[in-house]
Amino acid sequence: MLTPSAIGTAIAAHRIRERRRWHAIFLFLLIALVSFVLDVATGPSMLSPAAVVSSIFRIGDSDAMTDAIVMSLRLPMALMALVVGAALGAGGAQMQTLLNNPMASPYTLGMAAAAGFGAALSLYFGGFGLEPMISVPLGAFIFSMLAAAFLFALSAMRRVSGETIILGGIALLFLFQSLLSLLQFLSSPELAQQILFWLFGSLTKTTWPTLAITAGVTFVSCLILLGYSWKLAALRMGEARAASLGVNVSRLRIEVLAVVAIMTATATSFVGVIGFIGLVAPHIARMVVGEDQRFYLPMSLLAGAVMLSAASVLSKSIVPGALFPVGIITAIVGVPFLLWLIFARKRSL
Amino acid sequence: MIHLDSVEIRRGGQVIVSDLSAHLQPGHVHAILGPNGTGKTTLLRALFGELPISSGRIRLGDLVMAERPPSHWRDHFSYMSQDNNADVALTVLEVVVLGRLGKLQLHIDDEILTLALEKLQETGILHLADRYIASLSGGQRQMALFAQVLMREPKAMLLDEPCSALDMKHQMSLLELLVQETRRNNWTSVVVLHDLNLAAQYADRLLVLGGGRCQAFGAPADVLTPELVSKTYGVPVEILHDSAGHPVIQPVRPRTISFHREAS
Repeated sequence: MLTPSAIGTAIAAHRIRERRRWHAIFLFLLIALVSFVLDVATGPSMLSPAAVVSSIFRIGDSDAMTDAIVMSLRLPMALMALVVGAALGAGGAQMQTLLNNPMASPYTLGMAAAAGFGAALSLYFGGFGLEPMISVPLGAFIFSMLAAAFLFALSAMRRVSGETIILGGIALLFLFQSLLSLLQFLSSPELAQQILFWLFGSLTKTTWPTLAITAGVTFVSCLILLGYSWKLAALRMGEARAASLGVNVSRLRIEVLAVVAIMTATATSFVGVIGFIGLVAPHIARMVVGEDQRFYLPMSLLAGAVMLSAASVLSKSIVPGALFPVGIITAIVGVPFLLWLIFARKRSL
Repeated sequence: MIHLDSVEIRRGGQVIVSDLSAHLQPGHVHAILGPNGTGKTTLLRALFGELPISSGRIRLGDLVMAERPPSHWRDHFSYMSQDNNADVALTVLEVVVLGRLGKLQLHIDDEILTLALEKLQETGILHLADRYIASLSGGQRQMALFAQVLMREPKAMLLDEPCSALDMKHQMSLLELLVQETRRNNWTSVVVLHDLNLAAQYADRLLVLGGGRCQAFGAPADVLTPELVSKTYGVPVEILHDSAGHPVIQPVRPRTISFHREAS
């Protein structure tokens, strides 16, 4: 017997859940904004948040000095922190979904190590006659995509599970790390220093054009991923069940992996290796909004943006006047955070 | 209507199912029975187009599958596998809504929600709608996954041991619902069961597999003879009858002399 009122109540409960998730997303958006303003304000010469806002929006009278610092130096870096964090968060989220494994991320699958090796190779050979501004990111991008191609090939094979792909990714990670060490061993001390500096992911290399490219790629990629929302949610129910719900699993895996690879490779090419955001942001999103992909993807993206932006603020304020590479900060803060998330999850189950 | 014409299925070079022919009718529930490892799941997966058949052919209405299933073959099937793990942060309602995967937009409208909630009400777990699927017991999860396959609008329903985690009451309500919906929607339903007595009560036709071959196919009362069951399962049985006339299979304990050792 059907009782319409019980169903009405359940629909209302579902709508409330949806609204709560919207609130959480809105809250993270606010945090991202605050962190962004602080990020612009922090640096060798401290600015007040009010001065930052008035300078960005050109309201009131601001002095030329502040405008110059904000517009040409800090604004692109602060925006880059948000965009790269978003790309890594969203990319990690979809890798975890795709491979059905909470340990998947661009970093653990060896794509970041491959990018590092590509950048180092490009530095070692003097950029192959190209400007270093172009040749280093290009090298990083090409090798990152090569690593992804290997993962594609694995996932295109029949009877290869998500776990096998993870193991393949870990093998890649070790391969490229040892190749990188070899290259550093062969390099002159100055060159080794340059390579090392690239490996510490850092936002200081940001320019307006690199920001525009990264933002454009990330935006388009996330829109495409949002279109796959329901198929990806079905995939999280297990590959066999997704197939029985009408998903072409190997095709979905290749398409999403391609989008994720391009998005994260682009981000990594311009800022270097930044670990843990791709791993941790999806865990935060899962805890806050669950895995309904319509909320999980935006939330992972925002959590990543907030994390990298906050890490950027931190990197400038630990020692006033000095700037630590942000990649080191995310790694140091990321590890205990990841451990906490893992144990918190165990307790809740 | 599903026609199986001398179907053979091999896996890893080994013949799992051979020379199987049967007509499965719409509006009927067909139970596949047989001992462990005799190809019940293999047959179901082949019907779903997940495993290739090595010879023979399978027809669903006008669609013909020989070796490989034609495109859209799976669109006509609902398939529930044995595996009822779901370690995912989705609510039961979201899981059931996924049954309509092809028709989902970014916004779920009230119509689909209502449909999904009706399925939950029919399966008796409406009160769990807002819970995470990973937090449910095995049996509750199995009911939720059954609600999910009900959401599809198939021509044929394939269920692989849908009752394995359920208590007696829920086994009965699941099968009762399956029978009702099969009649109402004219589905061709195929369900792998281990419990012969449940099969005898709820299925219209039984297909008994033994050693990858069809041992018997027909109405429960005709199929479930002591000889057939003893031969197929390798245990002596008696067939009793309940008050409604359904056969009840009673395994007979071998009467060997047992020695009781004194406690020392």
